[in-house]
Amino acid sequence: MTQAAEPDFEVIVIGAGIAGCVAAYQLARQGRSVLLIERGEAPGSKNLSGGVLYSRGIQQVFPDFRDEAPVERRITRNYINFLNADSSVAIDYKDARLADPVNAVTVLRAKLDAWLSEKCEEAGAMIMPGVRVDRVLTEGPRVVGVQAGDDELRAHVVVAADGVNSFIAKEAGLRQKEPLNHLAVGVKSVISLPRETIEQRFNLTGDEGAALAVVGDCTQGVGGGGFLYTNLDSLSVGIVVRLDDLTAKQKVVTDIFDHFLQHQFIAPYLEGGELLEYGCHLVAEGGLHMVGEIVMDGMVVVGDAAGLTLNTGLTVRGMDLAVGSAVAAAEAIGDALDRKDTSKAVLARYRDKLFASYVGQDMKTYAKAPHFLEAERMYKQYGELLANVLYGAFSLDTQPRQHLLKVARKSLARSPLRMGQLVRDGIAGARAL
Amino acid sequence: MKPLSVPERLTKDRFLLDEEQCHIEVDQEIAKATGTGKLLVACCPAHVYAEEADGTISVEYAACLECGTCLAIAAPGALKWHYPRGGFGVQFREG
Repeated sequence: MTQAAEPDFEVIVIGAGIAGCVAAYQLARQGRSVLLIERGEAPGSKNLSGGVLYSRGIQQVFPDFRDEAPVERRITRNYINFLNADSSVAIDYKDARLADPVNAVTVLRAKLDAWLSEKCEEAGAMIMPGVRVDRVLTEGPRVVGVQAGDDELRAHVVVAADGVNSFIAKEAGLRQKEPLNHLAVGVKSVISLPRETIEQRFNLTGDEGAALAVVGDCTQGVGGGGFLYTNLDSLSVGIVVRLDDLTAKQKVVTDIFDHFLQHQFIAPYLEGGELLEYGCHLVAEGGLHMVGEIVMDGMVVVGDAAGLTLNTGLTVRGMDLAVGSAVAAAEAIGDALDRKDTSKAVLARYRDKLFASYVGQDMKTYAKAPHFLEAERMYKQYGELLANVLYGAFSLDTQPRQHLLKVARKSLARSPLRMGQLVRDGIAGARAL
Repeated sequence: MKPLSVPERLTKDRFLLDEEQCHIEVDQEIAKATGTGKLLVACCPAHVYAEEADGTISVEYAACLECGTCLAIAAPGALKWHYPRGGFGVQFREG
């Protein structure tokens, strides 16, 4: 027998984040009986992200997303910033084409995920908030349901969408404890500011938004970066630091966060703002190497729980990958339910669909990115080198000028970086990113 | 602008405290022997962990923001950490 005869639901989804909600919505729309279990008092209340959602995928799932979903601003300005103690070099990329069709939006998850779960409910899924799933029920090698306190609920398929810590995937033996270079901690404040102030400070009009990605002095030399995203009338500001480097350098994570907020080039953006909320979240940084087994008899793993996040140096993605994985999983689960066979062999089509989609393809394309971005040079020396070259060009000290190439060579000679390294990093970067 | 202290920041968050169950437990001996104790103090963004005068690690579980960093960095056996019971713990209003 490949399926239990009469379960309580066809599908039980654990976790009402983006992956869980999209999976539940897609399955409910197929006419399946779906239970979505969420441990927070309401969907969204345990969920936190940096805040930029690349929205083309979710727009396909919810055609009314752009007009109806509680999103903050459309990101039309991407600001990539090398930050040093006393200097800052940036690429300021603004593009009207990013506004329509909408490419990326800032979101606050407590608001967005509440909307997503309403869509699930409208589509016919049952939502059960305030319930923590303690473990999955198994019969032999097969997952047959979930246990929450004294309650046991059975389903043909369980979807583990329980986030980056995924106790469910770990307990089922699909994931092991991650090495620390695969994980980072994000620390974030949401700071309220008047709408007009935000638009003036970031040079925005209407619902346009800016995303600042910062590397260098913001993390005190620890691998990672800082971010500053504009919401409608608040800012999401934070750091993300890799746990292997944080522990090796024996830094206090909140000291790094304070240092970033107080940095002379960051603090003016926050001036006069009032803290609305403080939060943190673990971030998967391992890329493709972190995606292990995501299918077993009666269960699939989606979103952060499957290790699906990407840092490409320019874009930091997770929520769009959660959407894509949920769409792939819902298709595969639908097929399996139709065939009345929810064994691993049939559910494995989820993995095939995932790797045929943008999610799996992008995970492969950027497979070398995590290793490349682990090099300490990226967080310290390159920003200083850039600033020194520019200082040589702009600082007219009444001495005769030298050609830029000569200035650059001199700056490089004074930097701990070597030409060979620069060339190798250039080539490796071109291949990894 | 001087940043707020961590306890000041946490006053802005909404918590539903589970007064019956603590979801965090430190094995003091292993924490000390492996150096996990000091790492917990340094790496927790909510300052849940503190080193007391006698070297033991105290736990203010009510402040936990449930990120899981502590569990990721802890040596095997040094820490038991799970999510709070359903409906309890931090409840983000922004996220």
